[in-house]
Amino acid sequence: MGTPAVAVRGLVKRYGAVEAVRGIDLEVARGETFGFLGPNGAGKSTTINILCTLVEPTDGQAEVVGLDVVRDRAAVRRRIGLVFQDPTLDAPMSGEQNLRFHQELYGVDRRRAPARREEVLRMVGLWDRRGDEVRTYSGGMRRRLEIARGLLHSPQVLFLDEPTIGLDPQTRGTIWDYVAQLHRTEEITVFVTTHYMDEAEHCDRIAIMNEGRIVALDTPDALKAQVGADRVAITTDDDEAALRALRAELGLEGAVREGAVTVAVPDGAGFVPRLFDRLGVHGVAIRSVTVTRPSLDDVFLAHTGTTIRDAEAGPDMHPMAMRMRR
Amino acid sequence: MTTETSTGTPTESVRVPAGSLATEARATAVVWQREMIRFVKDRSRILSSLAQPLLFLFVLGSGLGSLLGSSTGGTVQFTTFLFPGVMAISVLFTAAFAGISIVWDREFGFLREMLVAPVSTTSILVGKALGGASVATLQCLVLLALAGLVGVPYDPLMLLAMIGLIFLMAFMVTTLGLLLAARVRQIQSAMPLVQLVITPLMFLSGALFPLSGLPTWLAVLTLVNPMTYAVEPLRSVVFDHLDVDAAARARFDPGIVWGTWPVPVGVQILMTVGFCVVLMTLTVWRFRRTE
Repeated sequence: MGTPAVAVRGLVKRYGAVEAVRGIDLEVARGETFGFLGPNGAGKSTTINILCTLVEPTDGQAEVVGLDVVRDRAAVRRRIGLVFQDPTLDAPMSGEQNLRFHQELYGVDRRRAPARREEVLRMVGLWDRRGDEVRTYSGGMRRRLEIARGLLHSPQVLFLDEPTIGLDPQTRGTIWDYVAQLHRTEEITVFVTTHYMDEAEHCDRIAIMNEGRIVALDTPDALKAQVGADRVAITTDDDEAALRALRAELGLEGAVREGAVTVAVPDGAGFVPRLFDRLGVHGVAIRSVTVTRPSLDDVFLAHTGTTIRDAEAGPDMHPMAMRMRR
Repeated sequence: MTTETSTGTPTESVRVPAGSLATEARATAVVWQREMIRFVKDRSRILSSLAQPLLFLFVLGSGLGSLLGSSTGGTVQFTTFLFPGVMAISVLFTAAFAGISIVWDREFGFLREMLVAPVSTTSILVGKALGGASVATLQCLVLLALAGLVGVPYDPLMLLAMIGLIFLMAFMVTTLGLLLAARVRQIQSAMPLVQLVITPLMFLSGALFPLSGLPTWLAVLTLVNPMTYAVEPLRSVVFDHLDVDAAARARFDPGIVWGTWPVPVGVQILMTVGFCVVLMTLTVWRFRRTE
C-alpha cells in the first residue's frame, strides 16, 4: 500500500494545436477524497480520461495504484471504478441486470457476485427498485445506480466525473452522503471532478485547474486561509459615522459595498462583539451584521482572476456563504 | 494484487482477476445475452419483421411463379426456388438492423460502459455479432416452419444444415452492420446507410433469381457480392433434398462459376467464414480508432 493511488508527472495532452493539459504534477494518497475543480474546458475531463486509460497522454507520465496508464491499461482498468459525466446505463434492462452485466464484463467471481450486488444496491438505497427497468428511474436514482455499479468490482480508486451535474441540490447532497459513506465501508480512494464550488468542501484535498494547469492544490481550509479574511458587512443608519468609528476605534479601513459597510478581518465571528462594543461608543446604531467566510469561489477568483460563475453562467451557484445575523 | 479482505467490516471485497480467455469469453457471453434479453422483450418487432419476407415469398413468389409457370417445366415451383432466398432477405434486414443497433448503444452511452471494461474490443463486438446472428436465426425458424407450404420437405438434416448456414450468413451481415455503424452517431443517419448497402446486396446475391444466363455486367456484380457465397450454399442444401431432374436443377440452382470452374459449396462456405473474419477485423479496427 506504499504506492500512491494516483501519481502524475509532467502530464501534457495536445489536440492538434490546442493544449488541453499543459504539464501537471499531482499525487493522491490512498484513501483520500480528492477534488478536481475548474470551469468547463479547464482540462479536468481530459486529465481524468487519461487516468482512466481512455485517452493517451502526449507527454509525461501517469500512474494509478503504481501502474502505468499507457503500458498497463487493462490492469489499471481492473482496479478502477468509473462514473462518467454522461449516463452509461442500459435503460431497457433492470437496475440489477445492469449490475449483473457489469460483473460479467469485469469477470467478478460468480459465487460472490449476488452478495456484492445486494450490498451496493442497499448502500445507494435502490435494493427495493432493483427489478424495475432503469427507464423508470429518476436522474438521481440513475446516478446512484452508476455509483453502485462503479463499486461492484471493489476498485481501489473510484473516478467520478461530475457525478452531480444536472441534479437538484437535494439529490446532490445525497450523492455526497454516499461518497462519504464509502470511506466507512470500502478502502477506496475517490477522485472526483466538479465545477460546483460548494461540493469541494466534501474533499480532503482539492486541486484547482484552469486553462490546462493546476493553479492551487491543498485542503479546502488551507486554500481558504490563503485567501485570508472573512468579510463582515454592517448595515447602519449612518454609514459615514460607522466608517469613521471603524478607523478611529479599530484601525480598519471599511468601504461601502452594495449598501453595507464592509471590512475584511481574519476572524469574523470573533470580531462581531468587539464591533458592537466599539461602534456603540460612537453612538452608531447597527441594524444587521453579516459575516461571510471565504468560499472556494473566492479561492478560485484569487487564483484565476475570474469567478467560476463567469465561466459557467449557471443559475444556482452561490458561494458557500455562512451567514450570521445578530 | 489479487484478493484483499478488509479487516473488521463485512464488506464483500471482490477484486477483478487478471485477464484470461475465460474472462474474455464471459464478456462475449454477457453481451450476447443482453441481445437475447432485448429480443425477448421486443416481441412486436419479431412479428413486424416477418411481414416483409412473407410478402416476398407468397406475393412476389406466387405472382412471378404464375408468369414463369410454363417455362419451369412444372418440376420446380418458383416459390420453392425463392424459399432459401427469402431466408436470406429476412437475415439481411434483421441482422443488419441488429448490427446498427450499436449506434443506439452509443447514443445512450452504454457502448462506453462496454468498451471501458478490462476486456478486448473484439470480445465485445463478437458478442454483439453473435447476438445479432442469433436473433436473425431465431426469426428464420418461423419461416423454416413454413417449408411444407412451398414444397420443401421437413428433412431434419436439411433443416439443421440450413440453420447452420443461416447463422453463418447472419453473423456476416451483423458484422457488416457493425462496421457501417462504426462512425455513425445517430440512429436516423444509420438507417438510410443500411438501406443503401443492404438493398444491392439483396438484389445481387441470387436470392431472387438464379445466377444462370445473366448478362456479363450483372454476373460480375453477383460474383463480387459476399452475400452470393452465403445464399448459394443454402439453396444448394434445399435442392439436394428435392426430387428434381438435372435440367431443372441446372436452371434453378446453377451454383457459382468462376470462369469455367464451378465453385464447390465447401469453398463457398469457407469464403463466407473468410468474409466474417475480414469484416470483424475491420470493425474492431474502426471501433478502436473511434471510441
